[in-house]
Amino acid sequence: MSTLKPFLIRTLQLALVLWAVVTILFLMFRLMPGNPLAAYIDPTFTAEQQEALIRQFGLDKPLWQQYFTYLGNLLQGELGYSFRYRSPVSERIMLLLPNTLILTFSSLIVAYTFGILAGAWLAWKRNSRFEAAALPAVLATRAMPEFWLGMVLLAIFSFSLGWFPAGGTRSAGTSYESLWQLYTSANFLSHLFLPMMTLAIYSQGLPLLLMRSNMLDVMKEDFVTMAKIKGLSPSAVVIRHGARNALLPVMTSFAIAVGYQLQGNVVVESVFSWPGLGRELVNAVAASDYPLAQGAFLMIAIVVITMNLIADLLYTFLDPRISHA
Amino acid sequence: MPETAIKPAPSGIARIFEAIKLPVGDPFALAGLLIYALFIITALAAPLIAPYDPTEILYTADYDLASDLLPGEDGHILGTTSLGRDIFSQIVWGARSALLVGFTAAFMVAFIGSVVGLLAGYFGGRVDALLMRLADVAFGIPFLPFVIVISAFSEPSIWNTVIAIALVLWRDTGRVIRSQVLSLRSRGYVEAARVVGSSDLKIILRHITPNILPLSFLYGSIAIGWAILTEASISFLGFGDPDAISWGFMLQDAFASQALARQAYHWFIPPGLAIILVVSAGFFISRGYENLLFPKLGR
Repeated sequence: MSTLKPFLIRTLQLALVLWAVVTILFLMFRLMPGNPLAAYIDPTFTAEQQEALIRQFGLDKPLWQQYFTYLGNLLQGELGYSFRYRSPVSERIMLLLPNTLILTFSSLIVAYTFGILAGAWLAWKRNSRFEAAALPAVLATRAMPEFWLGMVLLAIFSFSLGWFPAGGTRSAGTSYESLWQLYTSANFLSHLFLPMMTLAIYSQGLPLLLMRSNMLDVMKEDFVTMAKIKGLSPSAVVIRHGARNALLPVMTSFAIAVGYQLQGNVVVESVFSWPGLGRELVNAVAASDYPLAQGAFLMIAIVVITMNLIADLLYTFLDPRISHA
Repeated sequence: MPETAIKPAPSGIARIFEAIKLPVGDPFALAGLLIYALFIITALAAPLIAPYDPTEILYTADYDLASDLLPGEDGHILGTTSLGRDIFSQIVWGARSALLVGFTAAFMVAFIGSVVGLLAGYFGGRVDALLMRLADVAFGIPFLPFVIVISAFSEPSIWNTVIAIALVLWRDTGRVIRSQVLSLRSRGYVEAARVVGSSDLKIILRHITPNILPLSFLYGSIAIGWAILTEASISFLGFGDPDAISWGFMLQDAFASQALARQAYHWFIPPGLAIILVVSAGFFISRGYENLLFPKLGR
């Protein structure tokens, strides 16, 4: 029970955060300039459609009543109708979510695999010339605008060399029997490669720097000295005793990185015309498709908050010294 | 009293330098400060350095549109855009908006974060609980989407972007400063000040604030980079201030004008490099601060 309590408290706290974000979202879209009905109703909707939406979202009621209707609708997954697609926002979002998640997770897996190995290597090469050159380079990748990196990769590998397609998820006119077939097809993977590498190059800095500094800490610990005294080879010391222990905090940061990555997705998806949540958000905002913009924002927020919670819990779980008193 | 933190400094300016502990001794930080100096001079002297008005559509001597010129052609250092605008002049003027956004947003982030951290850490209890839940909320807001929505729905101006950035980014600074204040609050000289009857305000301003200023500057120098990157993304996505020439705007212009397909590297590489330089300068300075504040890390 006593170990469960901090988990419950933290979960409850983040449920409150989600409620606060949902409220901010409501106010953001309700207090914008113009017609208050504009958040859900496009002038080109038919009279019956408008009537139905006014009733569903209580748009003729005072703001506080609208707020409760909004919360109630959210709980049922009811996000309104997209102006441009003439279809429920929730449908559209569920359609795009897999694309965003595939892009996010594949790029982070590449980034973490590389970052962990390179970070351990740099810790091993401490105080060498190689390290002195590599560190500023890593910091510089963190300073790159992701969309610019995407543009450069696109110009080189797609437009100059013609190795990869310029955007989208598959070539025009191709169709697949199942989603699984699509996602494992060479066509899809070749479209995935450049946006994935863009995000991976940007994200590898965090695991790399974390791994390196953890390795430096761990290598000073008694059990590592002990392993050296026992006469283990340097590589056995580094891998078996150093890296294994340095790895845990890096893995915890993965959850946080998913949340950050979703934000980077917004621009990178736009550069590569990748049909994901981020690009949809940008397009919906630009086209004043408010219901869709709200829905995409909300979905991104839910993933960010969930990942924050997972990171928190992992952190508490893996390091019992941290408690949420 | 070994814990005495503030040494009386001789003059005003020396006092400020003492308080923020500008990390000039660290090679990383020094490089960062030099890069800043270069860009600040460029921004201030933009009208003197830039050979052309960055928005002016230029013509060649024989009255043709000076479009898509390569670097060096017709005296254009970095060439021209497809609308016949001078790229080098745009880079120079872009330094203005970048630094303006970077410094004002960083100032607001450091200020809000420090005030929140000071209040939460010093007063504790309900104030602390309330402010830290607010920080949780700020951590739950997807940063870039939030800035996009605010920038798109308000009058297009860099100030709305700056405010949106500051409204979210104070969260890290606030949390870190709070934990620093928690440890400072129980130090002997703070206890002593309380015993002799100093007011809360006086204790906060005289005894605690000077000790958290370097941390504020550490987080401020990181925020400069974040703000510049964010403003660039906003401009790139087309929600930026249409009247300001910024590096993000240049990249959007290039992207929308098919510069990638036309291999116009001279157009979209320089703005990206300028952003990387300024943003890494902020990161370098923050590393210098870290080495200074937490010397045991020694990395």
